[in-house]
Amino acid sequence: MKLTREEVEHIAELAKIGLTEEEKALFQEQLSAILEYAEMLQRVDTSAIPPTATVLPLRNVMRPDEPHPSLPREDVLANAPQSEDGCFRVKVILES
Amino acid sequence: MKLHELTIYQARSLLQSREISAQELTAAVIDRILEVDNDIKAYLTLTPELALEQARQADARRAAGEDDPLLGIPLAIKDIICTEGIPTTCGSKILEDFIPPYSATVVEKLRAAGAVILGKTNTDEFAMGSSTENSAYFTTHNPWDLTRVPGGSSGGSAAATAADECLGALGSDTGGSVRQPAALCGVVGIKPTYGRVSRYGLVAFASSLDQIGTFGKDVTDCALLLSVIAGYDPRDSTSVDEPVPDYLSALVPDVRGMRLGVPQEYFIEGIQPEVEAAVRAAIDLLAEMGAEIVDISLPHTGYALPVYYLLAPAEASANLARYDGIKYGFSFPDAADVWDAYRKTRQYGFGAEVKRRIMLGTYALSAGYYDAYYLKAQQVRTLIKQDFDRAFALCDVVLCPTSPTTAFKIGEKVDDPLQMYLSDVFTLSASLAGLPGLSLPCGFDAQGLPIGLQIIGRAFDEATVFRVAYTYEQVTDWHTRKPPL
Repeated sequence: MKLTREEVEHIAELAKIGLTEEEKALFQEQLSAILEYAEMLQRVDTSAIPPTATVLPLRNVMRPDEPHPSLPREDVLANAPQSEDGCFRVKVILES
Repeated sequence: MKLHELTIYQARSLLQSREISAQELTAAVIDRILEVDNDIKAYLTLTPELALEQARQADARRAAGEDDPLLGIPLAIKDIICTEGIPTTCGSKILEDFIPPYSATVVEKLRAAGAVILGKTNTDEFAMGSSTENSAYFTTHNPWDLTRVPGGSSGGSAAATAADECLGALGSDTGGSVRQPAALCGVVGIKPTYGRVSRYGLVAFASSLDQIGTFGKDVTDCALLLSVIAGYDPRDSTSVDEPVPDYLSALVPDVRGMRLGVPQEYFIEGIQPEVEAAVRAAIDLLAEMGAEIVDISLPHTGYALPVYYLLAPAEASANLARYDGIKYGFSFPDAADVWDAYRKTRQYGFGAEVKRRIMLGTYALSAGYYDAYYLKAQQVRTLIKQDFDRAFALCDVVLCPTSPTTAFKIGEKVDDPLQMYLSDVFTLSASLAGLPGLSLPCGFDAQGLPIGLQIIGRAFDEATVFRVAYTYEQVTDWHTRKPPL
């Protein structure tokens, strides 16, 4: 499985990771090698095998919908790069 | 007597009899860190003042008649486990300035049991690696040979334990990140059953695999630490409400009649001959002590590596989407718009291996490739788990090497991710099946580097794993050897 340069750029865009030209070339080569190695899985007959997403016999885990003490707002915002009026500050996401 | 060389169990006895104080013990271990950590670089953050204050509190508690299981015991915490008020970087630049507003459940439990926290230990970035070379800060050096890696990702905790820079430590294990560094550093480390220990406050890497584990200088310490941190936690919906046995009472030096499974697939071409010889000698020794050796087969072992390196990156690509430069962590300051901010924050905040795995996972999950990669890997994961289900009908534990080689040279594998991944080849299967696995020292190679024996148990049967390990340890002295520092 050989990834093209365009596929690497597409994956990076989906993951929102900026890459230099050198990184694109390096990851194209390295990711292709890893995917090629993973091709061995295609040899396994899994037609009747269910997937395992978790080893635990869990479904949804619910708790009573009761209020509990939570972190003070200033503690939550203490690590924020930018905050204002008790909120996280973000860049404009809609054109005016 | 050098206080920093004590095991937890030995130190506890001396503290109980008031022969030493927690302050003396903590001061001695801090002195040891100052003496050797310039060479080893196990710690990312040291908190000596806080540790001495906690030791003072421990002494006061003891004077008041308290005797909690870890009262006054100085420990190290892998820097991927949240500690309130103490930086938690995950070995990443993207969390360089992150100070958690809360502590992980395991840290709260250690503190409630009286433990003293010395600091935070080095890790591959977001626990993605097998050598600590993916740490954004520096590489930890193996105490047995400073030109070699300590293993990873919990290499800082393993090296600190081996070099007596703490009495024990916590790590995390997603595909081998406790067991492999324990083997390479010559200490005991356990990854408990998936669900055994709360992950509240463990920074997420691959949520269907991540589990917190413990490092000790011997089996007893490893078991003692697990006794303290194990158990159900309503704050982690994947922690399981199973009774936690007293692991210390499981330490019975007797394997007579026990069935020890030896899987042929773990003795393969490419394994270092001295590793195979040491592990086989350990198996022979347990047989001499009355255990029954059963040849078993885990036929899908060879697929664990590609399964793991599709599933873990897929889960990581979702978990690491949270690093967007908005709520916490590094934020690229001069972005043109919100999309540019995301791209550049992640471009400059993440290192190469993290980018590689996020991209691999994104690809495996993307439209058109999901069935061929992600779903296929999940199906083969089922087969790997079924291999163990069948094996445990025939045996009580599985014995195999922890790592195919002893510690490799720093720099030897950094340019070839696939070669690096292969150093996890013996630890991945137990992770994918959610089973407990322990590594303990079982010999040294010709260069004086430690070799690890891995013991894999049934789900939630850590007690039997500890029992086999303890029995072996009673008749060997590998664990008492000290690195030449």
